[in-house]
Amino acid sequence: MNSKTERQISAEPLPDGRGPVSLVTNIVFAGLGGQGVVKASDIAADAAFRAGFDVKKSELHGMSQRGGSVSSDVRFGERVESPMVPPGDADFLVLIAPDQLEVNRWQLRNGGVLIVPSMIDARALSNKKALNVALLGVLSVLSGIPEEHWIAAIRSNLPEKLHEANFAAFELGRQAARREFNP
Amino acid sequence: MLLSGDEAVALAARDAGVALGTGYPGTPSTEILEAFAELGGHAQWSPNEKVALEVAIGASFGSARTLVTMKHVGVNVAADALFTAAYTGVAGALVLVSADDPGMASSQNEQDNRHYAAAAGIPMLEPADSQDAYEFTLKAIEISERWKLPVMLRMTTRVCHAKTIVRSRPELATTPPATGYARHIDLRVMIPSNARPAHRRLRAKLARIAEWNEVAGPNRQIEGDRSLGIISSGVASVHAREAAPGAAMLKLGLTYPPPFEAIRAFARTVDRCVVIEEGDPWLVDAIRAAGVPVEGKPEMYRFGELNVDRVRRILAGDVTPEPAPPPGKPPELCPGCPHRYVFQALRKLDCIVSGDIGCYSLGALPPFEALETLVCMGASIGMGLGLRHVLAPELARRVVSVIGDSTFVHSGITGLVEMIYNPPPDGHVLIILDNGTTAMTGMQEHPGTGRTLDHQRTGKVVFEDLARSLGVKQVHVIDPTLSQQAFEDLVAQCLESRELAVIVARRTCLLATGKIKQMEKCLEQQD
Repeated sequence: MNSKTERQISAEPLPDGRGPVSLVTNIVFAGLGGQGVVKASDIAADAAFRAGFDVKKSELHGMSQRGGSVSSDVRFGERVESPMVPPGDADFLVLIAPDQLEVNRWQLRNGGVLIVPSMIDARALSNKKALNVALLGVLSVLSGIPEEHWIAAIRSNLPEKLHEANFAAFELGRQAARREFNP
Repeated sequence: MLLSGDEAVALAARDAGVALGTGYPGTPSTEILEAFAELGGHAQWSPNEKVALEVAIGASFGSARTLVTMKHVGVNVAADALFTAAYTGVAGALVLVSADDPGMASSQNEQDNRHYAAAAGIPMLEPADSQDAYEFTLKAIEISERWKLPVMLRMTTRVCHAKTIVRSRPELATTPPATGYARHIDLRVMIPSNARPAHRRLRAKLARIAEWNEVAGPNRQIEGDRSLGIISSGVASVHAREAAPGAAMLKLGLTYPPPFEAIRAFARTVDRCVVIEEGDPWLVDAIRAAGVPVEGKPEMYRFGELNVDRVRRILAGDVTPEPAPPPGKPPELCPGCPHRYVFQALRKLDCIVSGDIGCYSLGALPPFEALETLVCMGASIGMGLGLRHVLAPELARRVVSVIGDSTFVHSGITGLVEMIYNPPPDGHVLIILDNGTTAMTGMQEHPGTGRTLDHQRTGKVVFEDLARSLGVKQVHVIDPTLSQQAFEDLVAQCLESRELAVIVARRTCLLATGKIKQMEKCLEQQD
């Protein structure tokens, strides 16, 4: 893990100059029902938990399986109060459906990082349903959470038969992040 | 552990030796009983919330600890039992989870069920996160057994479905009483002569609980700058902590009966005292009625969920219009969903469709726009009959009621009885959309599937047999996906017959088909 990345996320003033109040990292996952939005947020929350952070995550269930817009909030840091990312305060917006950008752009703060499917080489993705985990791979490099905790979180949140494909997807995402963000 | 509020309630119920969990699925409460069953607890889906509560009352009369779960509107269904159970009291603990849905992520209204605690006269706890959900479940059991009253654990979407860190503390759980039965006719038979003293007994208990709440209730004062004091509870309290981290706070855990003296003392020590609550101005009204001067929120914040930004706005007295986030993609019926065939036909036949609650509520949205009413569980039948009674014949003859399988069992059966008892002059057509599961809430079993909550074989209610036994002459069972034309013809024929007709449109939910096949295979091997 890159220690510079960790420091950036956890304590340094944010690029928009709001200062180190944001000891909490805010992530919004967004996509359509059935794409694994909630699963991705479960894995991210679990990884942060394993890394020793306080974590809260929340989303709205219900109509989510019927193909409508779905989003899920994950927040981690020393101490987290509200389980919802305050409007316009996301450090990361992870989009699993590219067409959901306009619906969710307002959630991202100035200088926040957008993570989108086009960062992933779809041809290299052996299981298309693992796109959510590939995007977690991208996020993981920037997250300040050591890789081992991501791996453990994927292992415990997905059935064993899906591990291989998802670990490959995760690694694909990590490579993409190194290429895109040069952390 | 990282647990949802629902999972935390289930874990606490397990740790406290809850003997029976009952309920009816409803977002955001559904996962509680499922998690409880997974932890080895005895959990059952009831046909509806009223029955679930009645079973729990009986179990608690047998001195067992019980947990009853439902969404906020489910408490409306259970309310008849609830109000009088407050009079009878309980022997073993009875904890009623009311899972409210401010903002209506998945509900037909955003009623604030804190009113129920006050109206029925039962103590109420409001957890703010999963740790609270765990500890307050244990506390609810303790209070219920100490004062022999049902206790409401009032949760909301962002407590039920938020995951936060939980440290389980089974050492806080008291030992469950031994089950057994003792006759208490005067306490449990609510004829007027027994109910009159029972009401006085209830109020006396609440007075004692209020005294206890002042000194030992699960309420917490958080020190801070005394220029601003916030009184809050539930998830609103964590939004408020973030919006005003420096403020002094009184976080209430047991909000009914409220600890007015503690509130008064807190308000006295701060320059400005604001009540931050989601939903109705329930707490602020109660506190003001007790003579404590506090600020509430502007009316616009009664609607929808609170969040950190909205709490900041409340504290700043900001009543300027709020920016509306762009609308997302609305949900729709899955491609190939059997309901699609039904709505297509009803649209083509130009039916006036009295609708109900489930996935098929989406029939109201494009491309169908076929479903024209939705009020509450089971209402499709009664409302359809009402329309038939008053409309001119040419309109009345176009009215059809549609109801899902689980919803039919929940509260459609009495509607069907009404249809037989008070038939409209030109008959009526009821279509039961039987997709073999409670699809909307995530594929739960119900009495029509013939499988229990944990998917074991049990008695099965067969809708067509039930309709015939009640005296419906025309009862048809059809798979609407086999032939669109055949289905359409059948509906047209039933409408023209001017008789009472029940059509069971039976085709398993696409999302559930694989899972159900696998379960049935397992069950066959067991048989």
